[in-house]
Amino acid sequence: MGRRNQQLPPQQEAMTVEAEARFHVLAVDDSLIDRKLIERLLKTSSYQVTTVESGTKALELLGLREDQDTTPSVSLDQHEIEVNLVITDYCMPGMTGYDLLKKIKGSSSLKDIPVVIMSSENVPSRISRCLEGGAEEFFLKPVQLSDMKRLRLHLLKGKTNCKEEQQQQQQQEENNNISNGCSSNKNSNSNKRKAIDEELSPKRTRPRFSNDSLTVV
Amino acid sequence: MEVACLQRRFIDLTATIFQQEILDSQFTQLQQLQDESSPNFIHEVVSLFFQEAEKLLNELSKALDQQIVDFKKVDAHVHRLKGSSASIGARRVKDVCIAFRSCCEENNKDGCIQHLQQVNQEYYLVKSNLEDLLKLEKQILASGGSIPTMK
Repeated sequence: MGRRNQQLPPQQEAMTVEAEARFHVLAVDDSLIDRKLIERLLKTSSYQVTTVESGTKALELLGLREDQDTTPSVSLDQHEIEVNLVITDYCMPGMTGYDLLKKIKGSSSLKDIPVVIMSSENVPSRISRCLEGGAEEFFLKPVQLSDMKRLRLHLLKGKTNCKEEQQQQQQQEENNNISNGCSSNKNSNSNKRKAIDEELSPKRTRPRFSNDSLTVV
Repeated sequence: MEVACLQRRFIDLTATIFQQEILDSQFTQLQQLQDESSPNFIHEVVSLFFQEAEKLLNELSKALDQQIVDFKKVDAHVHRLKGSSASIGARRVKDVCIAFRSCCEENNKDGCIQHLQQVNQEYYLVKSNLEDLLKLEKQILASGGSIPTMK
C-alpha cells in the first residue's frame, strides 16, 4: 500500500541498514599480545571483532565441531555467531592456522568465509601452501594498520547480498582479468561470487532477497 | 615539575630510545592506535609484554639449566619471545632472539646460555626505558600538558 510513494521498499531498506552494519571478523591467535593488537587494529578500522586463542575455539564459535564437515541443520550451539572473515595466526599449538583454513574450506556451510593467514615468518613455501589451500591473503607479522585496508576487498567478495556490490566486484574482476593482476587469487572468480546460499542456517538473519524484487533506483 | 621540563625530558628520552633501536617503528604504530576510545592501550600491551617476557625468560633459564637440554622446547620459547617483542617494537630483544634461535638449531648449549644472558640484558633495558617513558607521559598529563608527538 503506497509502496511507490516510499523511497525504498522495506526489503531494500533492511538491506541498506544491514550493509551499514559492521563486518564481523573472527581473529585467532594463541598469543595474548597479538590478540590484543589485532583487536585494536580491527576496531580502529571499524570492524566488529571476536578474538579466540585456538582453531578449536574458532570452529566451536563457527558452529562446526572438529569431526563435522557441516554445521547441523538445527543449530543447537548457542555460541554460534555469524562471521564475515577469519584472520588466523599460522603457528599455533594443536590446530595450526593452515589446519583451520582447511577445515573452514572443507565445510559446505563455512567455505565461503574468506580466511586470511598471519605469520611472523616469511617462508615462501608456507605462503603458497596457504594460498593454494584457499587463503585470500597472507600477512606478515606484526600486522599493520595498512593491512586492514586489504581486508575490505576480501570482505566485499564474501558478501553476496548487495547487488550493487556484486556489480562493483564484477567491474573489478573484469579489470583484474584485463590487467592479469592478483597473484593471490588462485581460485576461479566464479567460485567466489555465489548466488544466495540455499543452505543458510536459520541463525543467519541477514535479509535475503531475489534480484527481481529489487527496485532499480 | 614544570610541564615544559617534563616534555623536554620526554622528547630526549624518546630520541635516545629510538636512536639506540631499543624500540622501533612498531612501537610508534602502537602509539598511533591509542586514542580516546582506547586510552590505556599502550599501558595494557606493555604490561602484557612484561608479564609474558618474564615468564618466558624464567622458562628459558630452567630449560637451559637441565643436564640434557630440550632444544626444541628452548626454541619454542624463544620463538614466542621473538614474536611478542616484534609485536611491541622491542627491536633489540627481537634481534637477540633471532640469533638465539640459530643456537637452538645447532643444539649449541653454550651459545644458548650466552644468548639468554644477552636477551635478559636487552629485556631489562627495554623494560626500564618503557617504564620511564610511560611515567613521564603520566606526569605530563597530570600536569595538564600534552604528550609531544614525535615524527
